Amino acid sequence: MTFLHDMRFRAYFYQVVAVGFVVLVGWTMFATASGNLAKQNIATGFDFLTRPAGFVITEAAIAFEATDTIGRAILVGIANTVKVSLLAAFFGTVLGLAVGIARMSRNPLLARLALVYVELLRNVPLLLYLFLWYSLIILILPPVKQALNLLPGVYLSNSGLVVPAAFVESGGYALLACLLGGAAAAFLIRVAATRKRVATGRSNHGGLIALGVLLAPVLLLWLVNGFSVNWDFPTAGKFRLTGGLHVRPEFVALLFGLALSVSANVAEIVRAGIQAVNKGQWEASAALGLARGKTMRLVVLPQALRIIIPPLTNTYLTVFKNSSLAIAIGYPDLVMVSNTVMNQTGQAIETIAIFMGVYLALSITISLVMNWYNAHVALKER
Amino acid sequence: MADVQMLALAPPQPAPTAQRLGKFSAYFGTPGNTIVSLLSIAGILFIAKLAFGWLVIDAVFSGAGEACKVASGACWPFVAQKLRYMVFGFYPYEEQWRPLLALLLLFGACGVSMVPRFWSRNLLLAWIVVILPVLYILMAGGVFGLTPVPTTSWGGLPLSFLLSFIGLTLAMPLGIVLALARASNLPAIRVLAVGFIEIVRGVPLISILFMATVMLPLFMPDGVTIDKLVRAQVAIILFASAYIAEIVRGGLQDVPAGQHEAGKSLGLHYWQVMRKIVLPQALKKVIPPMVGLFIGFFQDTTLVTIVGLVDFLDTVRSAIRDPEWQGIAVLEGYLVAAAVYFTFSALMGAYSRFLENHFRTTHA
Repeated sequence: MTFLHDMRFRAYFYQVVAVGFVVLVGWTMFATASGNLAKQNIATGFDFLTRPAGFVITEAAIAFEATDTIGRAILVGIANTVKVSLLAAFFGTVLGLAVGIARMSRNPLLARLALVYVELLRNVPLLLYLFLWYSLIILILPPVKQALNLLPGVYLSNSGLVVPAAFVESGGYALLACLLGGAAAAFLIRVAATRKRVATGRSNHGGLIALGVLLAPVLLLWLVNGFSVNWDFPTAGKFRLTGGLHVRPEFVALLFGLALSVSANVAEIVRAGIQAVNKGQWEASAALGLARGKTMRLVVLPQALRIIIPPLTNTYLTVFKNSSLAIAIGYPDLVMVSNTVMNQTGQAIETIAIFMGVYLALSITISLVMNWYNAHVALKER
Repeated sequence: MADVQMLALAPPQPAPTAQRLGKFSAYFGTPGNTIVSLLSIAGILFIAKLAFGWLVIDAVFSGAGEACKVASGACWPFVAQKLRYMVFGFYPYEEQWRPLLALLLLFGACGVSMVPRFWSRNLLLAWIVVILPVLYILMAGGVFGLTPVPTTSWGGLPLSFLLSFIGLTLAMPLGIVLALARASNLPAIRVLAVGFIEIVRGVPLISILFMATVMLPLFMPDGVTIDKLVRAQVAIILFASAYIAEIVRGGLQDVPAGQHEAGKSLGLHYWQVMRKIVLPQALKKVIPPMVGLFIGFFQDTTLVTIVGLVDFLDTVRSAIRDPEWQGIAVLEGYLVAAAVYFTFSALMGAYSRFLENHFRTTHA
């Protein structure tokens, strides 16, 4: 029985056993499931995606009617998930950067306050905060009938915020072209200026020029012909407001909760990143006569960025996955729409497979983008 | 979700120039600093006044919902009347000493397990063979003359703690095996492990809970039903194991290859090398981030309320929605819940900082 002690035989044996086990379990489950589904008269396959949905979605990032297909409903869910995640990541990062720098403040009072902020957010479950924000909005704000008229056309009530909607009637494409063209030109100028600064060692005003190039075409367009903007003002009826742009309380509560949770994480990441930069860098920079703010901007932050990016990627992945808590307060994200679809068609397996697949695909995309950026800023050894 | 609080564990260092300033000038050294200090003080005073007014001055301390409706402050009778329900849920009233005892036992066992001196394989074994079964018997009953209580009546704080602690204790061995499989040089096993870990980490916990509660019953043969609580528990274990595997993998990568080679040259086979040489070194390194992970999962168990289990957050919410108190005590209820979660999370956070120091001094 010498072959039992042969390493190569053992390696193959273990692998065959492992794969065989997985295949066996998978096959058994598949067989039972198809038997069960047939018995309960549940259809299989993805045909249901093309059937009309028959339900409305209260808040849709892309247009949706009850007569549209279920497939489109799921697309709306994806768009809503992406929308709230992107906004939360953006606001959370800006806020978190400020809090993280406040935590490093030389003023102990401010540093302590920032610490309390971070601890309060990190030690209480996000779901609890979402429930809390949502019920506070519902409780504190008046019902629609007595909506607060903050500014002309701006109404705040417990069914959300209604603001005038702007429609760019003519010259919309010209505006878009100016914006994109300006952005591209600004980016190129910025890159060239940085390259020149690195080559010559002299600071230039690349950033300012780039900002000018970014804004100039739009301003020029505005000065030359102005764009005719149509405003859709909401009007207060007896029971509801019609027209305008409606920001619902579910969305506000979710965005607020997610953004705060991102900000606490970002604050910790920024603090850890700044602290990880060698103290000698501060001292060397001070010895060269740089002020504290300049030291931070030119010496410390670029080095901290390398440490910050991997955990920041994790935070963005987390907020994207956490947006699925939307279902708890009724914001129609991917999971909530899928849940409705599941209840309506009974096709749980296909629906769950779809939304897990979407999450996986988007997670991998975020990872790839952030890895590319990480490789871009990583320290290049000679 | 699964918020790996690794960064919070970075060794605390003083801000580069903060320490050189005197006490007074730290607050009022420059005009800018003075403004920041004054604004901070004003902010603190404002919040303190608001909180004190709400919690004490305008608060109602006795009476029923009617009294609270008129007052603008906190409604303490709500908390007094509902606390027991919030903690134990619908567990039979006369039997509530059992979940209480289970909680105390759990706290005691955790307290002992937190002392690094007691760490051993036997402790993990004791958890799996003694502590968890005793907790289960206390909760479920049915033996030793204890009235059986179905899991559908379990709820509140004991449920939250059981879900997170049993989940993490059982996810630990699974996560270690997954990490070893991922580091294995057998390609098929590595691919299976990577696939499992990446899929689980790429989707939200709620989707795995949905799978366990909505989809899994379709995969069961006729007549076989698995308790909903068990299904959610298995989902949490599988979810946690993928994250634990990633942390353990970091620890494994830190063990130099020479350790494996030395073990092999001594004639040890794979499992001996792992058990006696590599894992002890790897696991020691990952304990602090692991505690951070545990804090995240303790908070994540609140998600089971979405699939209809009655955890602590859920009992608090149904207490708030009780018709007798409807719309009166929303803030009070959530504050009680937040205080409980905050206390336990902050305790675990403090513990992870303690471990950080402990390992720094002994293994510098």
